[in-house]
Amino acid sequence: MGLGRAFRAMLGRDIRLAVRQRGELAQPLVFFAAVATLFPLALGPEPELLERIAPGIIWVAALLSALLPMDRMFRPDYEDGTLEQMLLSPHPASVLALAKVVAHWLVTGVPVILLAPLVALFLQLPMQALPALLATLALGTPLLSLIGAIGVALTVGLRSGGPLLALLLLPLYVPVLIFAAGAVDRAAAGLPIAGPIYLLAAMLVLALTLAPMAIAASLRISLS
Amino acid sequence: MNLVWFHKLGSPKYFYALALRLTPWLGGLSFVLLALGLYWGLVVAPPDYQQGESYRIIFVHVPSAWMSMFTWMFMAFCGLLVLVWRMKVAASLMRAAAPLGASFTFLALVTGSLWGKPMWGAYWVWDARLTSELILLFLYLGFMALQSAIEQREAAGRAGAVLALVGVINIPIIHFSVEWWNTLHQGATITKFDSPSMPVEMLLPLLVSAAGFMAYFATVVLKRARCDILEGQAASGWVREWATPAATDHRNP
Repeated sequence: MGLGRAFRAMLGRDIRLAVRQRGELAQPLVFFAAVATLFPLALGPEPELLERIAPGIIWVAALLSALLPMDRMFRPDYEDGTLEQMLLSPHPASVLALAKVVAHWLVTGVPVILLAPLVALFLQLPMQALPALLATLALGTPLLSLIGAIGVALTVGLRSGGPLLALLLLPLYVPVLIFAAGAVDRAAAGLPIAGPIYLLAAMLVLALTLAPMAIAASLRISLS
Repeated sequence: MNLVWFHKLGSPKYFYALALRLTPWLGGLSFVLLALGLYWGLVVAPPDYQQGESYRIIFVHVPSAWMSMFTWMFMAFCGLLVLVWRMKVAASLMRAAAPLGASFTFLALVTGSLWGKPMWGAYWVWDARLTSELILLFLYLGFMALQSAIEQREAAGRAGAVLALVGVINIPIIHFSVEWWNTLHQGATITKFDSPSMPVEMLLPLLVSAAGFMAYFATVVLKRARCDILEGQAASGWVREWATPAATDHRNP
C-alpha cells in the first residue's frame, strides 16, 4: 500500500469512527456555545462591553473546546491496541499520526468554525470582524490540534491524562491565542490584519513540519 | 575525533564519582561568589540616581531571570542527549534541573513584583517580560507534573526530553507573541532597565552575582542528579557495593 493510500485509509477510518458516535461529536460544540454564554452572564449584557470583549471570548471558548476532546485523539486506539499496530506498520508513524490529527481536526475543529458566526452574533461581534474570526479559526484550530497531539501522545499511557494534558498544553497555546484574538480585535477596530494572519500561517506551517515528528516520537515513548 | 570522555560521562558510575568530587568545590565557589556579589551589590554599589536604593533588587532579580531561561536551555540540551544517545545521566540532569528552573522563575517573578510595587505602583502589571516569565513557570510546572506522572524512569526521561525540545522551540515564539500583544494593547510602557551603558560599579557586582547563581545551579543540579542516579541505578552492582556498610572503606566507586 502506498503512503498516500495509507494516509487516506487512516483518515477515512478515523472520520467514520467519529461520525458513528454522534453524541460524542456534539459535546465540544455544545461546550463551545456554553462557555461563550457564561461571559455575558458574568459580565453583563451591555452591547458595547460585549462588542469589546467578543473576540477574546470566542477565542478562549474555541481553545477550551479544542482541549476538551483532545484526549480522544489517541486514547481509544491506545486502549484497544490499534495504536501499537499503527506503529508496527511499514509506513512512517509521523504520516499516520498526521492523518489522525487531520481527522480529529475535521470532526472537532471544523464544526467549531461553522458554529462561530452564530456565537459571534450572540456576542455582538461587529460584522466587519467576522471574516477575520473565520480566518483565524481556520488557521488556529488546526494549530491547536497539532500542538495538542504532542501532549496527548506524551500522556496517552497515563491514567490521569486530563488535568496534566491541560497543564502541558495551555502555556503552549498562548501564542495562538494572542495572535488570533489580536487579529479579530484589530479587524473589529477596522485595522489591517495581514500581519497576525501571516504569523498564524507561519506557525501552522512550522507545526505541520515539526509536530508530526514529535507526535511519532512521543507515541513511541508512550508505547515503550 | 576522540570521544572517550563523552562515553565516560555517559556512564552513571563515572559521572557519579565525578559529581561527588566536583560538588564541594562548586558549592564553595557559589558561596563565595554569592556573598561577594550580594554584598557588593546591596551595600557597596552606589544608589541609582532615579530609583534610589530600590534598584538593588536587580542583583537578585536579573540573575534569577537569566537562570530561569538558561535552565530550560540546559534541559533541552540534556533532552537532545537523551533522545539521540539515550544517555541516562542526561535524563537525570534534566530532571534535576526542572525544579531549580521553576524556583529561579518564581524568584524572578517575586522580586520583579516587589520591585514593581514602588516603581509602577502595582505588584503585577501585564508587562511583556513578566508575562512570559509567568508562562515559563507554567511550562516548568507542566514538565515536573509530567515527570511525576510517568512511573517508568526511562519513558519519563524521554517524554521529558520531547517536552523540553518542544518548549525550546516555543519559548521564543511565546516571548515574541507576548511582546507583540503588550505593545498592541498599551503602547510603549515602562522599559525596565533601559541602560545599555550601565555604570561599571553596578555591572560588576551584577556579573559576580550572576556567576554565583550559575555556580549554585551547577552545585544543586549535580547533587540532585546524584540522588536521581542512585535511585535509577539502585539495582546495579556499584550502587549496592557503595551503599552497604561493609564497603564503607572504599567509598569512592
